[in-house]
Amino acid sequence: MCLAVPGRVIAIEGEGEFSTARVDFGGVTREASLVFVPDTKIGDYVLVHVGFALNRIDEAAAQDALDALRAIGELDVPPAGDGNAIR
Amino acid sequence: MRYVDEYRDPEAIRALLARIEATITRPWTLMEVCGGQTHSILKFGLDEILPSRLRLIHGPGCPVCVTPLEQIDRALAIASTPGVIFCSFGDMLRVPGSQGDLLLAKARGADVRIVYSPLDAVAIARQEPSRRVVFFAVGFETTAPANAMAAHVAARDGLDNFSMLVAHVLVPPALEALLSAAGCEIQGLLAPGHVCVVTGYRDYEPIAARYRIPIVVTGFEPLDLLRGVHAAVVQLERGEARVENQYERVAGIDGNSAARRVVAEVFSVCDRKWRGLGEIPRSGYGLSPAYAGFDAERVFGLADLRVAEPTDCKSGLVLQGRLRPTQCPQFGKRCTPEHPLGATMVSSEGACAAYFHYGRTADFVAAEAGA
Ligand code: SF4
Repeated sequence: MCLAVPGRVIAIEGEGEFSTARVDFGGVTREASLVFVPDTKIGDYVLVHVGFALNRIDEAAAQDALDALRAIGELDVPPAGDGNAIR
Repeated sequence: MRYVDEYRDPEAIRALLARIEATITRPWTLMEVCGGQTHSILKFGLDEILPSRLRLIHGPGCPVCVTPLEQIDRALAIASTPGVIFCSFGDMLRVPGSQGDLLLAKARGADVRIVYSPLDAVAIARQEPSRRVVFFAVGFETTAPANAMAAHVAARDGLDNFSMLVAHVLVPPALEALLSAAGCEIQGLLAPGHVCVVTGYRDYEPIAARYRIPIVVTGFEPLDLLRGVHAAVVQLERGEARVENQYERVAGIDGNSAARRVVAEVFSVCDRKWRGLGEIPRSGYGLSPAYAGFDAERVFGLADLRVAEPTDCKSGLVLQGRLRPTQCPQFGKRCTPEHPLGATMVSSEGACAAYFHYGRTADFVAAEAGA
C-alpha cells in the first residue's frame, strides 16, 4: 500500500500549487499532483504514490550510490570461471 | 525503466551478497518494517540467497493488514447506508470484517467505488452534490499527505457532502511497542523508505538510541534491500546503533516539508487500535479539531462501535514477527487469498499472502531451514 513508483515527468499542466504532471512509468502514463514538489520540471524523475508526487529523485545521489555499488562489484567479484568462490 | 532496473542488476546483487557474506560472523535478526519490502524480499527470493545466519522477520508495515476489524465494520455500516457513495483504495475491498467485506456489500447493492487517488473521491463529491461521499482514509505516513490533501481541498471547496473514515497509523510508536515487548528478537531494523520520504528520519534517532539497535532507512528494489541489510550487519558487527540512510536518492533527513505541513493542518496524533497489536498510544492520526466536520465516524454516529478480533487467525503474531505465516495451522488450508481468514492474507503486502503467492509453503520453509 505504501508502494511509490518512480517515473519521468513528460508534461506539466496548470501552474503553482495545483499543477499536475503527466508521468511516464516505463510506457504507462498517469497524472500526478505536484503540490508537494512545486518546482518540478519536465524531464525530472519523481516518486509517485496514490496520485501525488512525494519527492523528486536526486539524480546525483542516485548516481553516487550506483557508482559505489559498481565499485564493490569490481573489487569483490571473482573473475568469470571462478564459479562459487566467495571471498 | 530508470531507477528500477539498475537496482535489479544481477552482477551488483552478487557482489553485495558476497560482501554481506564476508561481513557476517554471527547470527543476526533484522526486521523489515514495511509490507512492500516483505513483498519484494519474497518476490526476488532474497530470503533464499542471503546467508542463513541472517534472519529476516516481517514487520507490521502494511496499513491494510493492521486496520482493526471494527474499522472495517464501520466501513461496511457506512457503505450500506442508503445514498452513500463509499470510496476506497482497491486493497481494502476484500479485508474481512466481522460480517463480510466491502466487496460483498457492493454485491448486495452498496455503491462502493475504487479510487486511485483520494482526490478522485473529492471529485465524485463535487459531481454528486445530493449524495454523501465517504473516503476510507487508510495508510501510514506515506499516504497521509495525499489523504490530508483530500480534506484540505474539500474544505476549500466547501463540500459538505464529503467525509473521511480515518484509519491512519504511524510507524515509530508501533516500533516502540514491538521493541519494548518481552522476548523481542529484533536486533536491527530496515526502516520504511517511503514513510521516510515524507517524514524524514529524525524520529528514529531516539529509538535507535533507546533500544540500542541500528536502523537503516531502506528502499524497495533488491539492491536497496541488500544495501540496507549490509549497512545493518556492518553496524551490528561493530556494536554500533545508529540511524543510517541507504535510500538517499529520495529520502532526506527532514522529509518533505510541504507534505508535512498539510498533514499537520488536517490531522492530529491520536491513540489507535492495530489489528493484532491492540491499542497503541499516540500511534495514529485522526482529523484535527478544525477538520472534525469531515469525520465520518461522527457524521454517521459510529464512534462507539467495538468489535473483538477473531481467534482462529494468528495474524497478530505474524504482524509482530513472532510467527511465520507457514506456522499458522490455517495457512494454505482454510486460509488462502481466495478465502482469506485474516488481513495478512488479503493484502498483497501482507506476509501471509506474500508467502502464499511466492510459493513459500510449509514444506519449502522446513526444507530451507534444514528441518
Ligand atoms: S494464514 Fe490466514 S489465518 Fe493464518 S495468520 Fe495468516 S491470515 Fe491469519
